[in-house]
Amino acid sequence: MIRRTVLSRILLVIPVLFLVSLGTFFLVSLIPGSPEAEVLGPNASAQDYARVREELGFNEPVLQRYFHWLGNTLHGDLGNNLVPPIQRVSTMLLRALPINLELAILALLMAFLIAIPAAMWSAYRPGGRFDRLVSASTFGVISVPSFLAGLLLILLFAVTWPIFPLGQWARPTEEGWITNLHHAFLPALTLALAEAAVFTRLLRSDMMSTLQEDYILAARAKGMPTRHILFREALRPSSFSLITLAGISVGRLIGGTIIVEQVFTLPGLGSVVVTAAQKHDYRVVQGAVLLIALIYVLVNLFVDVGYAYLDPRIRRGRV
Amino acid sequence: MVASELEVVRSTEVVTAAPVRTGSRAAGLVRGGLLLAAGIAVIYIGLVPMGHVTGIIKVPVVLAGIALTYMGVDGLAKAWWGPQVETAFWVSVFWLVALILAAIFADFLPLGEAVDTTKTITIPGNTPPDLFSAHPLGTNNFSLDLLARSIYAARVSLLTAGLAVVLSMLIGVPIGMYAGYYRGRLDRIVSVFNDSFLAFPALIVLIALASVLGVPTSVPEAIIKEGVALALIGIPTMIRLARANTLVFAQREFVVASRAMGARDRRILSREILPNVLLPLVSLALIIIAVLIVAEGSLAFLGLGLQPPQPSWGNMIAEGTITVVQDYPFIPLVPGVFMFLTVFSFNRIGERARQRWDPRQAKI
Repeated sequence: MIRRTVLSRILLVIPVLFLVSLGTFFLVSLIPGSPEAEVLGPNASAQDYARVREELGFNEPVLQRYFHWLGNTLHGDLGNNLVPPIQRVSTMLLRALPINLELAILALLMAFLIAIPAAMWSAYRPGGRFDRLVSASTFGVISVPSFLAGLLLILLFAVTWPIFPLGQWARPTEEGWITNLHHAFLPALTLALAEAAVFTRLLRSDMMSTLQEDYILAARAKGMPTRHILFREALRPSSFSLITLAGISVGRLIGGTIIVEQVFTLPGLGSVVVTAAQKHDYRVVQGAVLLIALIYVLVNLFVDVGYAYLDPRIRRGRV
Repeated sequence: MVASELEVVRSTEVVTAAPVRTGSRAAGLVRGGLLLAAGIAVIYIGLVPMGHVTGIIKVPVVLAGIALTYMGVDGLAKAWWGPQVETAFWVSVFWLVALILAAIFADFLPLGEAVDTTKTITIPGNTPPDLFSAHPLGTNNFSLDLLARSIYAARVSLLTAGLAVVLSMLIGVPIGMYAGYYRGRLDRIVSVFNDSFLAFPALIVLIALASVLGVPTSVPEAIIKEGVALALIGIPTMIRLARANTLVFAQREFVVASRAMGARDRRILSREILPNVLLPLVSLALIIIAVLIVAEGSLAFLGLGLQPPQPSWGNMIAEGTITVVQDYPFIPLVPGVFMFLTVFSFNRIGERARQRWDPRQAKI
């Protein structure tokens, strides 16, 4: 049963990936006018125009161009970028990507660290002072755009009270993990706040219904301490939709890192993509869109499959 | 992205028990009034230019003042109308009405210069906010008035998000309703397309579109380009929601009854299902507007939206780079507060509308 669930889920990815590749590829066809003029401006040499045309493959018929591009892409070859200095797109993207992945993962962890205790405590005493505070502040935090949250955190914890460095990045390979985490803390926290608010609301409502169950009453009647009841008995059955949501939020987090790294001026995927978008460097934009969509699709697949293993009800096909 | 956020907002109904305050109405009024006065005083102290409070400390002081003011208003409202009054909702309504009126009549308001830097040469730049001066919320690096810019920027944000939501409803609702009503192969095809589209994180789609369509330099251009781009984000969400709501109603007795009386599918869809589907979708559209305003702001913040000197909240916040923000924190914070209040208001009103109109919510 579970094998069939997992298999069908994996098969579902194929049409999605196909459409993703189509969307990414035909993005370039949406350009009004001639793309080489958009890329290079009116004053470039004839050779440069020819190079860009060649690189974008406009000398081939459309279908052939698509399969050519798809073949290269499947081999990990995203071509060269169009605006000098010429580099391989895959190199540019892979050099920047670790920053975004690190920020996204850290943010997810921080969001869990904030959301789980907050949600548990407010679900334990619904309507209490703490619960009302949490409800009000999560609603507020959801309405704060990440670039604004980032600026506030910079103002509070890097300017007014300078305990975190400002606007630099330390690669762990060069300066060690501790320096790296010190630099990554504020950007990751910026992303984590909004996620934490969303997680808290979700986990709180799931937790409240779990805490109504008979076995919780039984555990309490046996005299188990509150902490044991909350962490050991109630957390796991309440956390399934949280895990699904965390999977969905990976996509949002990757989008979010692009903005946050601009706030903190970090050299990640965002700075590559935004610069490329401003210079009409379509190859880079195309590569980045494809890479991010791919990560997003695969993470969601992974979460769905993992979910099937985690929840016995889905494993036995009963839901 | 939009859809997942909506699911979250929906699935987590927050039941906030209103605190039962003891004491008379007069005591409540006095308490609220004192808090309100304290809040206004703290904001004033925070904003007075000749520093009781210097430099960077102003930010936490002003924020605390705003919080105190809100607590004061809340206390007054609760004392006057009783503890069940939803202050946040009414403050949101008030804010949106005021903002929309200001944005419509911006040309007739006595505001400072918002766009033309040649007219502001004599005015000092980077003036901090001073509520009783010609530039109540300060000026930016080019001496442009921040209040005026924030209000003109509201036009861009509201019209863009509004256009996007209207477009995505016009396109998404019929598709979603057909898919949900006829089911079968049509439904499956629509779902696969929808899921693939949702596989792209929204921001990436917007960046890609901006690179392909070019960045807008004038306000109408921005509204049309970004409105269409944002509609692309909104359509899949609308399709999903319309489909889900249609599924709920297509099984109901009144639809069966209508069919038994010989009504055609088109009549059932337009007369029986549409009126029921529309109300929950309108309430969700308000929440989608909030998401789209943030998306538009993000794009402008990245420098891919409306280009300065034309104001939009996103590009105004982007003026507060790491170096600027250390000396002049108000430059990004003024548009930031406008944006936060607007997004919060749409969320709050949408949430309230949804509680009233969403049938799936009502069943719980």
